[in-house]
Amino acid sequence: MAEVRLDRITVQYGEKTAIGDFSLHVRDGECLTLLGPSPCGKTTVLRAIAGLAKLASGEVTIGSRVVASKDRRIFIPPEKRNVGVVFQDYAVWPHMTVEANVLYPLKKRKVPRKEAKEQVDDVLRQVRMGDYAARMPFQLSGGQQQRVALARALVASQDVVLLDEPLTNLDANLREEMRFEIKRLQNETGITVIYVTHDQDIALVISDRIALMDKTGSIRQLGAPEELCKNPQDSFVYRFLGLSNFIPVEIVDGEMRVRSGAKSIPFPYPMPSGMGDGPFYAACRPMDITLSREAADGRAQAGTGPGAGGALEGLVTRVIYLGNIYEYRVQVGDSEIRVQQDSFEAFKQGVFREGQVCALGIENIRYYRDMEEVS
Amino acid sequence: MRAGQSPRGSELRRMEGSRLNTGQLLLVISTVILIITVVLPVAMIVYNVFFYKWSFDWSLFASMLTDPDNLAAMWNTVKISFFVTTLGTVVGLFFAWLIGRSDIPLKGLMKSLFVIPYMFPPFIGAMAWGLLLAPRSGYINKMFMALTGGRTPLFNINTLAGIVFVELCYYFPFVFIQVSGALERMDPTLEESARIAGANQMTVIRRITMPLVVPAIAAGAMLILISSLSHFGVPAILGFSNGIFTLPTKIYELIYRASGSFEGIRRGASLSILLVAVVVLALALQRRVLRAGRYDIIRGKSMRPMLIKLRGWKVPLLLVCFVFLVITVILPLCTIFGVGFLKAYGVPMKLANMTLNNFKYVLFESKMARDSIRNSFFLSITSAVITMLVGTMIAYVIVKIQPRGKGVLEVLGILPYSIPGIVLAVGVILTWSGAFYLNLYNTIWIILIAYIARYMAFSMKSASASLEQVHDSLEEASRTCGASHFESLLDVTLPLIRPGMVAGFFLIFLPAMRELTTSLLLYGPFTRTMGVAIYSINEEGYTVQACALAGVAIIIIVLGELLLRFVTRERRGQ
Repeated sequence: MAEVRLDRITVQYGEKTAIGDFSLHVRDGECLTLLGPSPCGKTTVLRAIAGLAKLASGEVTIGSRVVASKDRRIFIPPEKRNVGVVFQDYAVWPHMTVEANVLYPLKKRKVPRKEAKEQVDDVLRQVRMGDYAARMPFQLSGGQQQRVALARALVASQDVVLLDEPLTNLDANLREEMRFEIKRLQNETGITVIYVTHDQDIALVISDRIALMDKTGSIRQLGAPEELCKNPQDSFVYRFLGLSNFIPVEIVDGEMRVRSGAKSIPFPYPMPSGMGDGPFYAACRPMDITLSREAADGRAQAGTGPGAGGALEGLVTRVIYLGNIYEYRVQVGDSEIRVQQDSFEAFKQGVFREGQVCALGIENIRYYRDMEEVS
Repeated sequence: MRAGQSPRGSELRRMEGSRLNTGQLLLVISTVILIITVVLPVAMIVYNVFFYKWSFDWSLFASMLTDPDNLAAMWNTVKISFFVTTLGTVVGLFFAWLIGRSDIPLKGLMKSLFVIPYMFPPFIGAMAWGLLLAPRSGYINKMFMALTGGRTPLFNINTLAGIVFVELCYYFPFVFIQVSGALERMDPTLEESARIAGANQMTVIRRITMPLVVPAIAAGAMLILISSLSHFGVPAILGFSNGIFTLPTKIYELIYRASGSFEGIRRGASLSILLVAVVVLALALQRRVLRAGRYDIIRGKSMRPMLIKLRGWKVPLLLVCFVFLVITVILPLCTIFGVGFLKAYGVPMKLANMTLNNFKYVLFESKMARDSIRNSFFLSITSAVITMLVGTMIAYVIVKIQPRGKGVLEVLGILPYSIPGIVLAVGVILTWSGAFYLNLYNTIWIILIAYIARYMAFSMKSASASLEQVHDSLEEASRTCGASHFESLLDVTLPLIRPGMVAGFFLIFLPAMRELTTSLLLYGPFTRTMGVAIYSINEEGYTVQACALAGVAIIIIVLGELLLRFVTRERRGQ
């Protein structure tokens, strides 16, 4: 177990700066996820920690040991950093058995044979690969190879394990299973885990904290998953963490209205403070919108004004059945709003058809000045 | 993020501090070896031609360039290469298409038969054709004259046309192999959609299939061109007696006639520069002509293509294939073995005239022949092992370490490939017979050095291909598991490319076994190779013994070729 400190590190590939002036403190025994769109330099951060990339400036500390420092001319090669790495393509050596793969780090550390064997058996059992010790990698599925890579990384280091998108190449079911597996192993061993991914679903499940990075390689928000979801600092964070609608609004004559070419439509929700004049956006998640018929009854033309109850009105333009969910596209003024409804609820309420007019009820609205691109 | 994968991998190996690490050490060794084996001989040729006693001297080169004999040799070289390349491309393309895209029967058999000429040493083929079609003594010509009662032979092989014919027989597989491969990997839906769109069979061939295999044709034609420009064996065996010279044979003759004097070597070196200039020019021209139109629609996996029904043409075309195979493969092969069993050259091929004595002679009695077999084995195995190891090391530096000057290494390694064997031999003589306080002339080591330089490109190419299959992360994984760079190399990279290295060994061993050109200029009294021994026994008029030794060489090469197939098949099976 060890904490990892990155102090204003810069990594360059030729002329290109992959990561500039990047600082991060990973606490002892936590699982921290570097989350961000590709490419944002998150893999580079990992490589800098492992010693696979050279620093142009800054300092990397693992535990109490400075492993790389440009100013102090320290560079400890990867083999002496005591860091386990699971690579995106697993990098399980195809010419060695599962056991030999996992045994290799111990052999290099000259652990006595008997002790090493026990440790390997242990860790293989932990990743549920005990029965496959004698297999060759080409006899294994992707998920099994990934577990071998994980076992090897766990054996390589009791302090820090770095995982580089290890689940990206797996199918959906396996991905789900493995993310719990990784979390379980981390809880059992108390090891410090730094996990790199662009998939917010995985990040939310396995992380103690998430560092959300943007394309320039700087951290936009650092915090627990709940914190990020509850209080997204800006539109980038909000958009990256899930499906979102950004409805363009503005304040006209002390009233909030949806910006729209032809006519502006009142946006019947409490006005946010601190937005002042000028255009901004009302952000909401598709699942936080409910559709209803009552308010819209008897009206032929949608989007012309407030409904009977003063609710926001729209025209259903598309209905998509996604199995457990119904997704609607609703036209409000010039903007199309995505609405998702639990199928069970939808059946109970009666599914909307294309061309029908509906009233929208929105919860958990957040307001942002801009709508940043996330990819 | 993935696009930057490989420079990132190299980063690790490039950076490790100021002390000499594994990567830098490999780089230094690679550069030194390439300079000694490749740069030095080339530099020595240029120096010796243009400088005399440390001052610039253009006169030798100018006088060589204006000599009508040399110009005639150059013109012959160009003519032969032009016809061999054009005809070879047409023949190779025709058979590749027939086997790849038509419903001609016996495909598997024909495919392996068509590759045989590729293994057959062309100079042995030339010997066989000389025995069959020499104007007065050739078996076929004699038969023809007996039949017609006349005195005019059917065909005189000791002519430019004869040389073109024999080279053609052994060089068309270059295009055949390249194009067959491309046809196999081409997505057949490309052709099918053209048919669906209403194009007829001929239009599909002309507008779809042909343009798509153009890169493959170009690659094959280029190989034929370089090979025939620098080819020595066939014109030497068929042309000398009739006074027909090409640049390579002229270089040999100049040095041979001067019996190894320095002046003779200098004159040979001047012609070498001319030959290299012609090769470079040809390459540049070809690149220019074929620059337009590169496609990447050929995929790695093979699919079942739509086959064209030959219907009434099936039998005639099959017949054409077999006649062609009989002419290129079976006839020369039977001639070599047949004559090898004869009591004396010229007697009719009857069982009564057969004997095993010639084989007994070359295998057990003649010290020269036995030495040559031993020398060839020693040279082939040693050069194959050394070249394979060094080539792998250089390929590792280029592919994985990627230092700043990797382009230079790459060019240096491929350079000997476009330098004709005879030129390389001249350079090696100039370098290693005392110019640098080391005289290896007349020893086997000078031949070894020449072989190493000559086959470096083969080994680098095959090693690069297997190294590119080994993803950077495999070595990085072992670094993070506590292995040093050197340990990672030993434990991970080397075991993974071992099958490729074994194949690489054979890719050098086999051509080295049948090598003639380089060894012919470099051999000493006790360092004849098999090629040299066959050539000189034949030149001295001991035809039957030469054929017996040639037969032995063919058997060894075929066995080696089978072994190679076995080894590579085993690898694929895994």
